[in-house]
Amino acid sequence: MTHEKLSEMIQQATHDVFSTMLGIEVENGEPFIDEAAPSPAEGLLALVGLAGGWAGTGTIACSSSLARHLSSQLLMQDFQHVDEEVLDAMAEVANMIIGNVKTLIEDEIGPMGLSIPTVIYGRNFTARSVARSQWTVVPFRCGEETLHVHMCLVPSKETSVTHRHSAVLSLDNS
Amino acid sequence: MPIDVLIVDDSAAIRKILQRVLLQAEVPLGQVVEAGDGVEALERLKETKVGLILSDINMPNMDGLALLSAVKADDALKPIPFIMVTTEGGSSKVMEAVNLGAIGYVKKPFTAEQIKDKLAGII
Repeated sequence: MTHEKLSEMIQQATHDVFSTMLGIEVENGEPFIDEAAPSPAEGLLALVGLAGGWAGTGTIACSSSLARHLSSQLLMQDFQHVDEEVLDAMAEVANMIIGNVKTLIEDEIGPMGLSIPTVIYGRNFTARSVARSQWTVVPFRCGEETLHVHMCLVPSKETSVTHRHSAVLSLDNS
Repeated sequence: MPIDVLIVDDSAAIRKILQRVLLQAEVPLGQVVEAGDGVEALERLKETKVGLILSDINMPNMDGLALLSAVKADDALKPIPFIMVTTEGGSSKVMEAVNLGAIGYVKKPFTAEQIKDKLAGII
Protein backbone atom coordinates (compact mmCIF):
# COMPACT_ATOMS: atom_id res chain seq x y z
CA MET A 1 0.00 0.00 0.00
CA THR A 2 1.73 3.15 -1.20
CA HIS A 3 1.35 6.61 0.34
CA GLU A 4 -0.09 7.90 -2.96
CA LYS A 5 -2.67 5.12 -3.23
CA LEU A 6 -3.73 5.54 0.40
CA SER A 7 -3.99 9.32 -0.06
CA GLU A 8 -6.30 8.84 -3.06
CA MET A 9 -8.53 6.50 -1.06
CA ILE A 10 -8.70 8.97 1.83
CA GLN A 11 -9.64 11.76 -0.57
CA GLN A 12 -12.33 9.64 -2.21
CA ALA A 13 -13.84 8.58 1.13
CA THR A 14 -13.69 12.07 2.63
CA HIS A 15 -15.33 13.74 -0.36
CA ASP A 16 -18.02 11.05 -0.33
CA VAL A 17 -18.83 11.56 3.36
CA PHE A 18 -18.73 15.36 3.17
CA SER A 19 -20.89 15.69 0.07
CA THR A 20 -23.44 13.02 1.06
CA MET A 21 -23.83 13.54 4.81
CA LEU A 22 -22.67 17.11 5.42
CA GLY A 23 -23.61 18.87 2.20
CA ILE A 24 -20.14 20.42 2.06
CA GLU A 25 -17.55 20.29 -0.70
CA VAL A 26 -14.00 20.25 0.61
CA GLU A 27 -10.85 21.18 -1.27
CA ASN A 28 -7.91 18.77 -1.38
CA GLY A 29 -4.65 19.87 0.17
CA GLU A 30 -1.28 18.31 -0.65
CA PRO A 31 -0.87 14.93 1.08
CA PHE A 32 2.37 14.34 2.97
CA ILE A 33 4.11 11.80 5.16
CA ASP A 34 4.67 12.50 8.85
CA GLU A 35 6.83 10.53 11.25
CA ALA A 36 4.80 11.63 14.25
CA ALA A 37 1.25 10.84 15.28
CA PRO A 38 -1.35 13.57 14.82
CA SER A 39 -1.21 16.16 17.58
CA PRO A 40 -3.16 19.36 17.08
CA ALA A 41 -2.41 21.99 19.70
CA GLU A 42 -6.07 22.65 20.22
CA GLY A 43 -9.25 21.07 19.04
CA LEU A 44 -10.55 17.64 18.42
CA LEU A 45 -9.03 14.33 17.44
CA ALA A 46 -11.20 11.31 16.57
CA LEU A 47 -9.45 7.93 16.28
CA VAL A 48 -10.57 4.62 14.78
CA GLY A 49 -8.47 1.47 15.01
CA LEU A 50 -8.02 -1.06 12.21
CA ALA A 51 -6.97 -4.67 12.71
CA GLY A 52 -6.51 -7.73 10.51
CA GLY A 53 -3.83 -8.80 8.06
CA TRP A 54 -2.82 -5.17 8.24
CA ALA A 55 -3.24 -3.03 11.33
CA GLY A 56 -3.18 0.62 12.18
CA THR A 57 -5.14 3.70 13.03
CA GLY A 58 -7.06 6.38 11.20
CA THR A 59 -7.82 9.78 12.67
CA ILE A 60 -9.45 13.06 11.80
CA ALA A 61 -8.24 16.25 13.47
CA CYS A 62 -9.63 19.78 13.35
CA SER A 63 -10.26 22.89 15.40
CA SER A 64 -13.20 23.08 17.77
CA SER A 65 -14.87 25.70 15.56
CA LEU A 66 -14.67 23.43 12.52
CA ALA A 67 -15.95 20.51 14.61
CA ARG A 68 -18.95 22.63 15.64
CA HIS A 69 -19.57 23.65 12.03
CA LEU A 70 -19.40 20.09 10.72
CA SER A 71 -21.66 18.85 13.51
CA SER A 72 -24.15 21.61 12.69
CA GLN A 73 -24.21 20.49 9.08
CA LEU A 74 -24.61 16.83 10.03
CA LEU A 75 -27.34 17.30 12.62
CA MET A 76 -28.94 20.45 11.21
CA GLN A 77 -28.75 22.41 14.43
CA ASP A 78 -26.41 25.08 15.82
CA PHE A 79 -23.73 24.34 18.37
CA GLN A 80 -22.23 27.18 20.41
CA HIS A 81 -19.92 24.86 22.33
CA VAL A 82 -18.27 21.50 21.86
CA ASP A 83 -20.66 19.27 23.78
CA GLU A 84 -21.55 15.57 23.84
CA GLU A 85 -23.48 15.85 20.60
CA VAL A 86 -20.53 17.44 18.78
CA LEU A 87 -18.16 14.75 20.08
CA ASP A 88 -20.61 12.05 19.01
CA ALA A 89 -21.08 13.61 15.58
CA MET A 90 -17.33 13.90 14.99
CA ALA A 91 -16.82 10.30 16.12
CA GLU A 92 -19.32 9.28 13.47
CA VAL A 93 -17.66 11.42 10.79
CA ALA A 94 -14.35 9.69 11.61
CA ASN A 95 -16.08 6.31 11.61
CA MET A 96 -17.56 6.92 8.16
CA ILE A 97 -14.35 8.29 6.60
CA ILE A 98 -12.00 5.65 8.02
CA GLY A 99 -14.63 2.93 7.50
CA ASN A 100 -14.93 3.81 3.84
CA VAL A 101 -11.15 3.91 3.41
CA LYS A 102 -11.06 0.48 5.04
CA THR A 103 -13.62 -0.84 2.52
CA LEU A 104 -11.53 0.50 -0.37
CA ILE A 105 -8.31 -0.95 1.07
CA GLU A 106 -9.86 -4.36 1.72
CA ASP A 107 -10.08 -5.00 -2.02
CA GLU A 108 -6.28 -5.00 -2.06
CA ILE A 109 -5.15 -6.30 1.32
CA GLY A 110 -8.02 -8.37 2.67
CA PRO A 111 -10.59 -7.96 5.44
CA MET A 112 -9.96 -5.82 8.48
CA GLY A 113 -11.95 -5.04 11.60
CA LEU A 114 -12.91 -1.54 12.68
CA SER A 115 -12.89 -0.36 16.27
CA ILE A 116 -15.46 1.84 18.00
CA PRO A 117 -14.27 5.48 17.57
CA THR A 118 -12.60 7.44 20.37
CA VAL A 119 -12.68 11.23 20.53
CA ILE A 120 -10.21 13.48 22.35
CA TYR A 121 -11.01 17.13 22.83
CA GLY A 122 -9.04 19.81 24.64
CA ARG A 123 -6.00 22.05 24.48
CA ASN A 124 -2.28 21.30 24.35
CA PHE A 125 -2.69 17.56 23.99
CA THR A 126 -0.32 15.13 22.34
CA ALA A 127 -1.10 11.82 20.69
CA ARG A 128 1.67 9.28 20.38
CA SER A 129 1.73 5.98 18.54
CA VAL A 130 3.74 3.16 20.07
CA ALA A 131 4.31 1.69 16.62
CA ARG A 132 7.23 3.13 14.67
CA SER A 133 5.47 3.85 11.44
CA GLN A 134 4.90 6.66 9.01
CA TRP A 135 1.59 8.46 8.85
CA THR A 136 -0.07 9.42 5.60
CA VAL A 137 -1.58 12.85 6.21
CA VAL A 138 -4.20 14.29 3.89
CA PRO A 139 -5.38 17.88 4.48
CA PHE A 140 -8.75 19.20 3.34
CA ARG A 141 -9.63 22.88 3.17
CA CYS A 142 -13.09 23.62 4.46
CA GLY A 143 -13.73 27.35 4.17
CA GLU A 144 -11.01 29.10 6.17
CA GLU A 145 -10.15 26.01 8.17
CA THR A 146 -8.42 22.70 7.60
CA LEU A 147 -9.35 19.15 8.50
CA HIS A 148 -6.54 16.59 8.54
CA VAL A 149 -7.06 12.88 7.98
CA HIS A 150 -4.15 10.75 9.19
CA MET A 151 -3.64 7.07 8.55
CA CYS A 152 -0.97 4.68 9.68
CA LEU A 153 -1.23 1.17 8.28
CA VAL A 154 1.31 -1.65 8.18
CA PRO A 155 1.22 -5.42 7.67
CA SER A 156 0.54 -7.06 11.03
CA LYS A 157 3.70 -9.19 10.87
CA GLU A 158 5.76 -6.00 10.80
CA THR A 159 4.26 -4.65 14.00
CA SER A 160 6.67 -5.66 16.72
CA VAL A 161 4.24 -4.05 19.08
CA THR A 162 0.55 -4.16 18.23
CA HIS A 163 -0.56 -0.75 17.04
CA ARG A 164 -1.64 1.10 20.08
CA HIS A 165 -2.07 4.74 20.76
CA SER A 166 -1.25 6.37 24.00
CA ALA A 167 -2.85 9.73 24.04
CA VAL A 168 -1.88 12.21 26.67
CA LEU A 169 -4.47 14.86 27.22
CA SER A 170 -3.39 17.92 29.13
CA LEU A 171 -5.86 20.70 29.53
CA ASP A 172 -4.74 24.28 29.64
CA ASN A 173 -6.91 25.97 32.23
CA SER A 174 -5.83 29.45 31.30
CA MET B 1 -50.43 2.95 7.74
CA PRO B 2 -47.75 4.29 10.11
CA ILE B 3 -44.85 1.95 10.80
CA ASP B 4 -43.03 1.71 14.14
CA VAL B 5 -39.26 1.58 13.69
CA LEU B 6 -36.39 0.48 15.92
CA ILE B 7 -33.11 2.31 15.15
CA VAL B 8 -30.02 0.68 16.63
CA ASP B 9 -26.72 2.58 16.55
CA ASP B 10 -24.20 3.52 19.21
CA SER B 11 -24.06 7.00 17.71
CA ALA B 12 -26.90 9.27 18.83
CA ALA B 13 -26.05 11.44 15.83
CA ILE B 14 -26.77 8.64 13.37
CA ARG B 15 -30.00 7.72 15.17
CA LYS B 16 -31.13 11.30 14.81
CA ILE B 17 -30.07 11.47 11.13
CA LEU B 18 -31.82 8.20 10.29
CA GLN B 19 -35.02 9.46 11.84
CA ARG B 20 -34.77 12.64 9.75
CA VAL B 21 -33.94 10.68 6.59
CA LEU B 22 -36.96 8.38 7.09
CA LEU B 23 -39.16 11.47 7.18
CA GLN B 24 -37.42 12.89 4.10
CA ALA B 25 -38.04 9.58 2.36
CA GLU B 26 -41.75 10.05 3.17
CA VAL B 27 -41.90 6.90 5.26
CA PRO B 28 -45.18 6.95 7.24
CA LEU B 29 -43.48 6.89 10.62
CA GLY B 30 -45.26 5.80 13.76
CA GLN B 31 -43.28 5.39 16.95
CA VAL B 32 -39.49 5.55 16.64
CA VAL B 33 -37.66 3.51 19.26
CA GLU B 34 -33.89 3.94 19.74
CA ALA B 35 -31.20 1.63 21.13
CA GLY B 36 -27.46 2.13 21.51
CA ASP B 37 -26.44 -1.52 21.06
CA GLY B 38 -27.81 -5.00 20.48
CA VAL B 39 -28.50 -5.72 24.14
CA GLU B 40 -30.53 -2.55 24.50
CA ALA B 41 -32.32 -3.32 21.23
CA LEU B 42 -33.50 -6.72 22.50
CA GLU B 43 -34.80 -5.02 25.65
CA ARG B 44 -36.73 -2.50 23.54
CA LEU B 45 -38.16 -5.33 21.42
CA LYS B 46 -39.58 -6.96 24.56
CA GLU B 47 -41.43 -3.73 25.35
CA THR B 48 -42.50 -2.54 21.90
CA LYS B 49 -43.70 -4.20 18.71
CA VAL B 50 -42.02 -2.64 15.69
CA GLY B 51 -42.47 -3.15 11.97
CA LEU B 52 -38.88 -2.43 10.92
CA ILE B 53 -35.38 -2.62 12.40
CA LEU B 54 -32.49 -0.47 11.11
CA SER B 55 -29.20 -1.45 12.73
CA ASP B 56 -25.52 -0.61 12.65
CA ILE B 57 -22.97 -3.46 12.78
CA ASN B 58 -20.08 -2.12 14.88
CA MET B 59 -21.44 -1.50 18.36
CA PRO B 60 -20.29 -2.26 21.90
CA ASN B 61 -21.78 -5.07 24.03
CA MET B 62 -23.64 -6.78 21.18
CA ASP B 63 -22.98 -5.93 17.54
CA GLY B 64 -25.52 -5.75 14.74
CA LEU B 65 -24.81 -9.21 13.35
CA ALA B 66 -25.31 -10.81 16.79
CA LEU B 67 -28.53 -8.81 17.17
CA LEU B 68 -29.70 -10.01 13.74
CA SER B 69 -29.00 -13.63 14.76
CA ALA B 70 -30.93 -13.18 18.00
CA VAL B 71 -33.90 -11.61 16.20
CA LYS B 72 -34.04 -14.35 13.57
CA ALA B 73 -33.81 -17.04 16.27
CA ASP B 74 -36.93 -15.68 17.97
CA ASP B 75 -40.19 -16.81 16.35
CA ALA B 76 -42.02 -13.67 17.44
CA LEU B 77 -39.36 -11.28 16.13
CA LYS B 78 -38.28 -13.27 13.07
CA PRO B 79 -40.75 -11.68 10.60
CA ILE B 80 -39.61 -8.10 11.34
CA PRO B 81 -37.73 -6.72 8.30
CA PHE B 82 -34.12 -6.07 9.29
CA ILE B 83 -31.88 -3.63 7.38
CA MET B 84 -28.22 -3.03 8.11
CA VAL B 85 -27.04 0.61 7.99
CA THR B 86 -23.30 0.59 8.45
CA THR B 87 -19.84 1.74 7.38
CA GLU B 88 -18.90 -1.93 6.99
CA GLY B 89 -19.04 -2.11 3.20
CA GLY B 90 -16.87 -5.19 2.68
CA SER B 91 -18.47 -8.02 0.70
CA SER B 92 -17.85 -10.53 3.51
CA LYS B 93 -19.89 -8.47 6.00
CA VAL B 94 -22.67 -7.93 3.44
CA MET B 95 -22.82 -11.67 2.71
CA GLU B 96 -22.82 -12.50 6.42
CA ALA B 97 -25.71 -10.10 7.06
CA VAL B 98 -27.70 -11.43 4.09
CA ASN B 99 -27.06 -15.04 5.12
CA LEU B 100 -28.29 -14.26 8.62
CA GLY B 101 -31.53 -12.87 7.21
CA ALA B 102 -31.07 -9.13 6.62
CA ILE B 103 -33.29 -7.98 3.76
CA GLY B 104 -31.21 -4.91 2.97
CA TYR B 105 -27.84 -3.31 3.45
CA VAL B 106 -27.22 0.45 3.34
CA LYS B 107 -23.68 1.73 3.47
CA LYS B 108 -22.84 4.97 5.31
CA PRO B 109 -22.72 7.63 4.04
CA PHE B 110 -26.27 7.31 2.74
CA THR B 111 -28.89 9.49 1.11
CA ALA B 112 -32.62 9.63 1.75
CA GLU B 113 -33.11 8.12 -1.72
CA GLN B 114 -30.99 5.09 -0.84
CA ILE B 115 -33.00 4.50 2.32
CA LYS B 116 -36.23 4.94 0.38
CA ASP B 117 -35.10 2.43 -2.25
CA LYS B 118 -34.31 -0.17 0.41
CA LEU B 119 -37.69 0.33 2.01
CA ALA B 120 -39.58 0.01 -1.28
CA GLY B 121 -41.63 -3.14 -1.11
CA ILE B 122 -41.44 -3.32 2.67
CA ILE B 123 -43.66 -0.39 3.47
